[in-house]
Amino acid sequence: MNKNLTYKAVLVLGVIVFALIYVAPTLIDLPRWWPNILPKDKLHLGLDLRGGMNLVLEVQVDKAVESALERTRQDIRRKLDREKVTFTKVESDEKSTITIVVPSKSNQAKVEDILASNYPGFKLQSVKTDADGNITMTVVMKPEEAARIREQAHKQALETIRNRVDQFGVAEPEIVPLDDWRIQVQLPGVKDPTRAKELIGKTAQLEFKLVAPPSVTKANMAPDMELRYMYTRGSQPGQRIKEPIILYKRAVMTGETITDARVQIDSQFNEPYVSCSFDARGADLFAKITTENVKERLAIVMDGKVQSAPVIQEPITGGECRITGSFTMDEARDLAVVLRSGALPAPVKILSEENVGPSLGQDSINQGITSMIVGLALVVLAILVYYRFAGLVANLALFLNMILMLGALAAFQATLTLPGIAGIILTIGMAVDANVLIFERIREEVRLGKTPAAAVEAGYGKATLTILDANVTTLIAALVLYQFGTGPVRGFAVTLSIGIVSSLFTAITFTRLIFDYVLLRFRPSKLSI
Amino acid sequence: MEIIKPGINIDFVGNRKWAFLLSGLLVVVTILSLVMHGGPNYGIDFAGGIEVRVRFNAPTDPGAVKQALKSLGMANSVVQEIGKASDNEFRIMNEREGLQLEGLPEKVTAALKKAYGDKFGEVRYVRTVGPKVGRDLREKALMAILFVILLIAVYISGRFEAKWFLAAVMAAILVGAVLLVQTILATGRGGATGTGMVYLIVTALVVTVGACWFFRLRYAMGAIVALLHDVVITVGVFSLLDKQFTLATVAALLTIIGYSLNDTIIVYDRIRENLKKGGRKEMGQVINEAVNQTLSRTILTSGTTLLVLVCLWLFGGGVIQDFALALLVGVVVGTYSSIFVASPVILSMPAGGGVMGWVSPSKAKPATKAAPAKAKTTAPPAKKKSPAAAAKQRPVKAAAASRAKKRTGKKKKKKGGKGKKRR
Repeated sequence: MNKNLTYKAVLVLGVIVFALIYVAPTLIDLPRWWPNILPKDKLHLGLDLRGGMNLVLEVQVDKAVESALERTRQDIRRKLDREKVTFTKVESDEKSTITIVVPSKSNQAKVEDILASNYPGFKLQSVKTDADGNITMTVVMKPEEAARIREQAHKQALETIRNRVDQFGVAEPEIVPLDDWRIQVQLPGVKDPTRAKELIGKTAQLEFKLVAPPSVTKANMAPDMELRYMYTRGSQPGQRIKEPIILYKRAVMTGETITDARVQIDSQFNEPYVSCSFDARGADLFAKITTENVKERLAIVMDGKVQSAPVIQEPITGGECRITGSFTMDEARDLAVVLRSGALPAPVKILSEENVGPSLGQDSINQGITSMIVGLALVVLAILVYYRFAGLVANLALFLNMILMLGALAAFQATLTLPGIAGIILTIGMAVDANVLIFERIREEVRLGKTPAAAVEAGYGKATLTILDANVTTLIAALVLYQFGTGPVRGFAVTLSIGIVSSLFTAITFTRLIFDYVLLRFRPSKLSI
Repeated sequence: MEIIKPGINIDFVGNRKWAFLLSGLLVVVTILSLVMHGGPNYGIDFAGGIEVRVRFNAPTDPGAVKQALKSLGMANSVVQEIGKASDNEFRIMNEREGLQLEGLPEKVTAALKKAYGDKFGEVRYVRTVGPKVGRDLREKALMAILFVILLIAVYISGRFEAKWFLAAVMAAILVGAVLLVQTILATGRGGATGTGMVYLIVTALVVTVGACWFFRLRYAMGAIVALLHDVVITVGVFSLLDKQFTLATVAALLTIIGYSLNDTIIVYDRIRENLKKGGRKEMGQVINEAVNQTLSRTILTSGTTLLVLVCLWLFGGGVIQDFALALLVGVVVGTYSSIFVASPVILSMPAGGGVMGWVSPSKAKPATKAAPAKAKTTAPPAKKKSPAAAAKQRPVKAAAASRAKKRTGKKKKKKGGKGKKRR
């Protein structure tokens, strides 16, 4: 019996020390040697306690498929041109089909050849010949290809957003892909949520377009031109003037080839601007464009808005270009980040957003701790008065339980939320139950006339199964909540589950240990219970 | 110290008609309240929309806040003052469909700043939930509730009726019924909406209760009826107080289910133990004794849980307050139902092939599966008094003999006790 007791005592002690080691980083300042061998992470706090932003974004993957279709259409057209295949038109009318009209069967064969060898993601759906001998070929994107594009867009968006957030400088951001093409972004402690949202959500499609000659107006615009707006700074501070500007629709160059973007200050106007570097291919292309269009205006368009449209003074061969646009320092910095990380493959929509201010976070922590302390004090008092010495044992078990819970949370790197704190507090109330069951049994056995040792033995024996039984149901509820719950609810489920398991340990093993020890050592004739 | 004296013997079973009446009344009030309010007061978690918590530097009132938001078309928002009066903190909520949510937090902040100038303090909290996410959360909450009902039904059937196979059958029926109703609703409406959710849950419950009745699972029936009772009345109280029904509320309801079952199982265990002890008692008597014996424990545990919940409610603040309130009501009603509802309901059902080993003395049929009732028929009739007295009468030998019988009979039961000692 004695050896058994020592065995158990060592086990319990081991568990206690283990838990304390994990809880320590949160509660005390660690000595220097600690981080090298022992766990050093503080308890992970949820957004509702720390403050910060939580976004659920949806990548508009269907738009990525549309863009891919359009790109392919243009590509096919150019290829047909180069291969000198006669065609009447190459169009995409619905969301997922391309229509090619050719005048003769030999052309049809060539088109089919080109399709097969260059566009594996597409297939010929139908061929119709009309009365004049024109052949209409309908080409569709294969479903696997569309699926692949969607997956790719989702993955790429995730990477791009990750890149941007990394450069934004937030401690411990969490960016996670979700089902249905969604992405969850958590930015704890972010100071300027509006700016963060813009940075993340910006599609950042950069295009270079030539400006139409000054003689062209809205009235006599040709079909290959479009009307856009340029925003320039007015004479008053903070004033923006909206200037219409007519561009050629087709972009001569995009921002794909940009390798680097830096913020610089213009010495003349003391204004920040962004300087971009192209890769070799981009540099060549840029040189060609600027050479061919000297003295013309080149518009720099970001997401459909014209940033600036300077005149090309001379050919630019250095592979660098300047984007000005009356930016503030923050705007310039964000633009640089966005250009460096690249454009989003498809627009991103904010489905839900949650912003906890830091003052609220701190208040929540305070409220949680207050409730916990008061609740704990009341329960400890009540149990002590009701069960006397056994009550003391139960309270010891309660304290141990809390240490174990915090230790487990730290060990599993689980996140503590406000409902999680509520879960801890609820466990305080419910953990008492196990002890009550045991003590009531022991009292019964004592009334039946058993000796203290026998009463304890019988009490524990009979109550244990009931305790396990009853707690299983609460555990089931907690597990289901974990499975289907979101952030804060999950935090509650976690602490509740951990609390139930650890309360079983403390109520059954730990208190039994103390009772056995006291019975062995002091051999009381009457139990104080 | 003892609040409940050991020899207590309140006639719960005899007075059960009053308890049923009270429960019935509460349920009716709940349904009325729900009907009058047009369903539960869904928060933005389920309905979608925007919630903003703002703190001002000077006192103001909801009307002024709504006025400030008129330019955004949000004059119909629900504006409540929260926290202490000195906080000047307000919660603004708007669930109107078709609200353009992108960029709305910034617009609200700008509008309030413009209207209040210096008096505007800070935005403490903003949450927007788009329709897609709202729908998702509704479905998740629904699945959670259904799963818990399913698992609980299976667990009780298996644990108390020792009919695991039957439990599996019931689970299959439940899943089938739910899927059926879901398909019917989906084709008509395009997914589970608010009312659709309710239909599915009601279906699940009706099927479960029906299955229990059909298969004569009395204990499971009692437990589930008690559960339903607890959840419905809690929802009713929330509806009466016009509190918001959010994810936290659903979490509270599921916790209440787990907790209430906790209580019920303790009483059932005791009933079973008393049945095994023997004596030719009426079932009603056995139940009464069991409830009385566990009364002390039930009151005490509920007491401590209520203590902490009151603390949470008083000091928790914000979200936690409503959460704690739901749990408070749930625990109170749950305790009441464990004492007055769960056990007496067992009597209201006709006895099936008793697995729990209880056989009506008049019929004297041989018991079917578990430990034979031989020990009971030989033991002297127990007095109505305290169990301590009854136990003293039985010689220790008989107790050992019945324990030995229990051990052999136990082999058939799937869930064995810990090692040798049963309880």
